[in-house]
Amino acid sequence: MAVLEVKGIKKNFDELQVLKGIDFSLEKGEALALIGASGSGKTTLLRCLNFLETPTRGQIYVNEKLIYDASNPSMLSEREIRRNRLHFGLVFQSFNLFPQYTALQNLTLAKELLARETPEYKKNRKDVLDQIKTEGEALLASVGLSDKLDFYPHQLSGGQQQRVAIARALMLQPDILCFDEPTSALDPELTGEVLRVIRGLAEKRTTMVIVTHEMKFARDVSDQVLFMDKGVVVERGTPADVFEHPQEERTKQFLERYFEE
Amino acid sequence: MDAVLNAITSLNEGFLFNLQLFGITLLLAIPLGLVIALGSMSKFLPLKWLTKTFVWIIRGTPLMLQLFVVLYGPGILFDIPMSNRFLAAEVAFVINYACYFSEIYRGGIESIPKGQYEAGAVLGMTRTQVFFKVVLLQVVKRITPAMGNEVITLTKDTSLARVIGVTEIIMSAERFTKQGLIWPLFSTGLYFLVMNGILTVLLSRIEKKMDYFKA
Ligand SMILES: Nc1ncnc2c1ncn2[C@@H]1O[C@H](COP(=O)(O)OP(=O)(O)OP(=O)(O)O)[C@@H](O)[C@H]1O
Ligand SMILES: [Mg+2]
Repeated sequence: MAVLEVKGIKKNFDELQVLKGIDFSLEKGEALALIGASGSGKTTLLRCLNFLETPTRGQIYVNEKLIYDASNPSMLSEREIRRNRLHFGLVFQSFNLFPQYTALQNLTLAKELLARETPEYKKNRKDVLDQIKTEGEALLASVGLSDKLDFYPHQLSGGQQQRVAIARALMLQPDILCFDEPTSALDPELTGEVLRVIRGLAEKRTTMVIVTHEMKFARDVSDQVLFMDKGVVVERGTPADVFEHPQEERTKQFLERYFEE
Repeated sequence: MDAVLNAITSLNEGFLFNLQLFGITLLLAIPLGLVIALGSMSKFLPLKWLTKTFVWIIRGTPLMLQLFVVLYGPGILFDIPMSNRFLAAEVAFVINYACYFSEIYRGGIESIPKGQYEAGAVLGMTRTQVFFKVVLLQVVKRITPAMGNEVITLTKDTSLARVIGVTEIIMSAERFTKQGLIWPLFSTGLYFLVMNGILTVLLSRIEKKMDYFKA
């Protein structure tokens, strides 16, 4: 069963058409690597999935339920969007941790706010909060940061910050976790620790969409590769297909240029 | 000895006006400034431009002139003369300072990276939650130094109220100059120095309180 199905997504910024009809689907436990030249629309696609942009056309299904249809404006109310975007998590290139909160508080904040809307919270406030805190601690431990729970973001290295950001996204147990070039803002010696965490998630069969310029990593970690150029999916397939036997001229050129460097 | 006591009492009474003007202005201009800031960032363009023009006028003209306008304006325009001079001073100060504060707030709010809002949104927070739980404290931290400057300026500006006849401390002191007593006038400076000394300590405490994070 497809966890995610994207149909005919188009996105215009005024005159500029950035996405020209994107289709793909993702099975539970699959990792999809999204590659392509700068400006091809990868970030825009992730932002559409997380409703940071509203697609001009197209539909999004999660677990076979229609959650977004561009031709149905009632799906655009703030409430609907807020509920639906919880299917997705997003890890940003620039981490975007909340500077006034510790690593642990960065994880627990959103979950606590969501918990407030539930009836259990009113009954067992303390238990609910303890539970959330325990979950947060466990997640930080799972990304190797159990000794940094009470550190503020500025006291952490870039790699550590990004690991906190990944844990923060996992905290709400999204169906699909999206990464937008998670290592691009990092010094080269810090990319390894972040890639290792993502690799670990792939081994645990976390459903993911990963935008990356790390081709070797994409090849190792993904089950499916999408090569985008100028707002369209030019080629798709298993990593072996796309990286070893690209069919399209544009894919070949892109990979050649990439592996020359 | 009586003359000295008399002068000091008079200065104290005058300074009470400065303090009241200071206190009420802060109390009202701080929230009003936020309302104006939101207006000047509104997506509804007529409101945005109206607010911006108003702020431009207030910031572009002397506070001294604004005091006169508030004192005489209602009488000339609507035939309801402003009888209470202190009230007139209060209104002029609140409007003037709210406009300055609004620009500081706007700068602070606009300086918060878009990524902070987006990170909150993606985690399922409402706009209100993002503003109060994520953005606000960062804004407060960023604007505290600029607000501190304005607050210190305000203490001294309160003396301007004398131009419309509010007997604040300097006006009180001047009466003694006419009687040949010059020291009361000069000692008004001490009042302001002590007050600003206290404020400076308070402000740096507030800044220290927010030192635990970087924004
Ligand atoms: N808010 C916006 N308004 C106007 N144009 C935009 C906006 N966001 C993105 N674009 C344009 O859309 C195109 C695709 O941008 P996008 O960021 O999705 O590319 P990308 O594939 O992520 O590139 P990169 O590898 O450099 O991150 C670019 O031409 C960009 O200038
Ligand atoms: Mg991008």
